[in-house]
Amino acid sequence: MASLSKDVVACPDCDLLQRIPALPPGGTACCQRCGRKLATCKPGSIERTTALAVAAAIAFLLANLEPLMGLSVAGRESSTTIAGGAWQMWVQGEKIAALLIAFFAVIAPALQIGFLLAILLAVRRPPAPRWVGTLLRWVEIAGSWSMVEVMMLGILVSLVKIAALARVIPGVGIFATGGLILLLAAMSSSFDPREAWSRVRWANGEEPQRALPSAGKNAAEAGR
Amino acid sequence: MTAVARTGMREGFVSCEVCGLLSRPAGAEDPGECPRCGEELEFRRRDPVQRTWAFVIAAAICYLPANILPVMRTTTLTSEEPDTIISGVVYLYTSGSWYLALILLIASVMIPLAKLAALAYLLITVQRGSARNNRERARLYRVLEIIGRWSMVDVFVATFVVALIQLRPLMSVAPEPGVLFFSAVVILTIFAAESFDPRLIWDSSQGKQETDD
Repeated sequence: MASLSKDVVACPDCDLLQRIPALPPGGTACCQRCGRKLATCKPGSIERTTALAVAAAIAFLLANLEPLMGLSVAGRESSTTIAGGAWQMWVQGEKIAALLIAFFAVIAPALQIGFLLAILLAVRRPPAPRWVGTLLRWVEIAGSWSMVEVMMLGILVSLVKIAALARVIPGVGIFATGGLILLLAAMSSSFDPREAWSRVRWANGEEPQRALPSAGKNAAEAGR
Repeated sequence: MTAVARTGMREGFVSCEVCGLLSRPAGAEDPGECPRCGEELEFRRRDPVQRTWAFVIAAAICYLPANILPVMRTTTLTSEEPDTIISGVVYLYTSGSWYLALILLIASVMIPLAKLAALAYLLITVQRGSARNNRERARLYRVLEIIGRWSMVDVFVATFVVALIQLRPLMSVAPEPGVLFFSAVVILTIFAAESFDPRLIWDSSQGKQETDD
């Protein structure tokens, strides 16, 4: 078996072999051919991401439990939560759309935060068990289907539309959703999957000390 | 860049799509499993061109009903009125919120079209073995991956209007099948972007001089 350095990677977007150079804190390595970001040095990533994920979990609970907005017209009042929106779709007969909305707006973000918290707790003491690898894969999928920011834009547009008909009262949920968007973005950008993967026990049971480099020029190093 | 690029596949290495580990494949036909995460290794995604075309065509078919069929129906004491995506945009524009009208127009009408056109362009250039504008095409692909989700915004608008306006018999709003087709367009274009393999952009220029440098 040829030995490969841990620092040598193939760019996921163009397959060019290159070595990730030692990066200064905050430094980013980009593929020298296609420009794809390959690695970022994030000191203290695990601690910071844990803090952000806990905050995101709290914002998520508030955003989902508190009403987003209410309205009053001609003495009648109504209000809705995120799940209430999906539920009303279900009741009105658009069941598939209701399930998709519940998945994009509630389930995917919940899994994204929950999986990440489990990963972060488990990788504190390497080598982390193998299920962490499975979660690392699922957290990426959950993140790509979590559409809280898109939902927020939808909420704002519907507020404007409804404001023409009735008095709209923004609820706590809408502000919590705003906070959740910021926290989710901060959480994803401070998380370093390369760091987490390097702490996971390997599938083939071994964790070989791999010998030094055999291939590749250095990836281009970009500034902060 | 003139020399033949040293890619993983050329040098006999395979990179794991899940964990990013570079390893020696078990064999040239079947690269085996990733030693770190246990995922099945592949040099390139499976049938990327055919699968992406299939999703692009399916999304293009759903795009028409998504824009023609109503997404919601407003019932008041005296009238019943269907709302399509376009009539929603027109309503916002005429009621003075031109910026929201613009956002909705871009998110629901233009982004899906642009995404389909861009994927078709990437597929055709890859199929013709083009070696031009590689960096730009790579960037285009990365943008596609990000913007597609925003088309979902109209479905969320319909959701919350429906959820709040249930004041029977005064006024109520019900969802219509347009939302289903709209969600289908978003999901199918996301699948399309995921089944395409951006490494194909660069594979076709192997051995040729890159003309964009």
